Amino acid sequence: MYEGKDVRVVMNGRTLLNGVDMEIRSGQITVLVGPNGAGKSTLLKALSGEHKLAAGRVSLDGTAISELSARELACRRAVLPQSVEVAFSFTVAEVISVGLMGSGARESGRVARLLHSVELPGFAGRRYDSLSGGERQRVQLARVLAQLECGHADKASYLFLDEPTASLDLAHQFVVLRLARAHADKGGGVLAVLHDLNLAAMVADRIVVLANGNIIADGTVDEVICDEVIERAFGVSVRVGVPPAGPYVLPQNIRHSAGTAQA
Amino acid sequence: MSAEQSSSLPVTEHKDAARPVAAGLVLFGVLAVAAFLGALAIGPFSIAPGRIIAVMWEAWSGVETHTSAMLRERVVVMDVRFPRAVLGVLVGAGTAVAGAIMQGVFRNPLADPGLIGVAPGAGLAAVAWMVIGSSFLVHLPDFFQVMGLPLAAFFGGLVTTLLISRLATRDGRTSVATLLFAGLALGAMAAAGTGVLVFIATEQQTRELLFWTMGSLAGATWIKVAMAAPFVAALLVLSPFLARGLDAMALGEAEAYHVGIPVERLKRIAIVAVAAGVGAAVAAAGVVGFIGLMVPHLARLALGPSHRALLPASAMLGAAVLLAADIFARMVAPPAEVPLGIVTALVGAPFFLWLLLRRRAFVG
Repeated sequence: MYEGKDVRVVMNGRTLLNGVDMEIRSGQITVLVGPNGAGKSTLLKALSGEHKLAAGRVSLDGTAISELSARELACRRAVLPQSVEVAFSFTVAEVISVGLMGSGARESGRVARLLHSVELPGFAGRRYDSLSGGERQRVQLARVLAQLECGHADKASYLFLDEPTASLDLAHQFVVLRLARAHADKGGGVLAVLHDLNLAAMVADRIVVLANGNIIADGTVDEVICDEVIERAFGVSVRVGVPPAGPYVLPQNIRHSAGTAQA
Repeated sequence: MSAEQSSSLPVTEHKDAARPVAAGLVLFGVLAVAAFLGALAIGPFSIAPGRIIAVMWEAWSGVETHTSAMLRERVVVMDVRFPRAVLGVLVGAGTAVAGAIMQGVFRNPLADPGLIGVAPGAGLAAVAWMVIGSSFLVHLPDFFQVMGLPLAAFFGGLVTTLLISRLATRDGRTSVATLLFAGLALGAMAAAGTGVLVFIATEQQTRELLFWTMGSLAGATWIKVAMAAPFVAALLVLSPFLARGLDAMALGEAEAYHVGIPVERLKRIAIVAVAAGVGAAVAAAGVVGFIGLMVPHLARLALGPSHRALLPASAMLGAAVLLAADIFARMVAPPAEVPLGIVTALVGAPFFLWLLLRRRAFVG
């Protein structure tokens, strides 16, 4: 289990996370939702080790991540950021091989297989800077999946996705979420920050709602996706419906609070 | 969580991306060897390439020289051009690899050690050693009489590299404009400091110092080679260990951290490596500009930006380009020599402008 206890992050004198407890369980997709500025990305970065903690502890199977070597941590936890700009004109294969930890001769086969899984077959030799935003995001996902292949098969690895679907069309949103589901089904854990509550409701095993640096709800989709929680978090009046496939969220008073509407 | 075993999917190879890298490295190696032989053969007194090998063989196997022509050939090749060519290899490879590493760390192809103040900083320390340090020289052990100069240049380079990385990088991001302007300021300060030292120097020292401001391989000796060699060797030995980390850094510092690169350690090693390469080159040949800018850029154009190929390619191409520039410097108005730094600046400065204009959108 990947766990943050009493995680506090302070930046430039401002408290961004106020003692948050968070578990990411193996075999599950945990989705983090909340309004802009709630601290979702900050929490993801704090859990990944990127942000220094003002207080609290982040651990993987009971060991503090600060006690793991950079490589040990990298084999068990990979992060897909919102977007990645590559400084020089690397090819797609070269970008993905950054995630492959020295696999030598079999590298091109692994790159091809990973590209196939993100539905970009034959892209290995293309220049990364010539790709569209959505294609870049999927190349980065392939790199991140490559990274976790260095871990032990009997130890769960964790995939952190920061708004992975933001630049993707509907079909490719499903490609990414299907790969996240496959990772969880193989025994890994997934933490995804999502903006789209309906997508969250569809894909999550567990939803955590963050507002103003505090967790205000944590539970199954049915427990969390309800009028009261969503209204409290986002300050928008919504109606949650339950069609056969699961709950959905419809904003109600869009006219009055268009500036803050999220769903 | 190994997915290695589940690979039953069709495989599209990207071997075509790997082939030019190997061929390119071989080509750069051939260029470096050709430039080295050229540096031995070409000069106001030209010697056929075939004779070069023979002369070297005769010298090494202790064959007596029978004619004055043979003796002259041997002196020119073994005592004048050979140390000069070896020094050229060290300076060219050191500067180019330092440039490539620096550009990788700053994630920017314009980060040339000369342009962002590192080489002028190393030059200032070297001049300070010559003007002020030399008066203490008599009290120092023999080691410092030889190695004092490159060590001073190394520390001068180290201090300026640390300063520029502090000035230009904030929260893991490097502003190109700040990098170039802060480099300009550091370079100007180093030049001012050098100017003060030149002012207080003796007449004899002033003549020697002129060499620092323009760069030259003239007066190459085996002692200078011995001075520069350990630093360049350290740089070349370190560089393969930096390659994967620098590739990851191209994705951003946070991403490099996430894939398991100890970013702070990588940056510290890179800064020491850059200072070693630049310090050695400056101690041996003065400030020879633009090699660290042009060579990695050309290598990237030919072989792609991956540092696994870029660093060795830059070493070989750097040696080749510097030797070619030195041959030109010796041959353009013989028997006089044009300073090497002027030759590289004549080519390098327009190249820098071209790069800048091409990347105007990024510079802002």
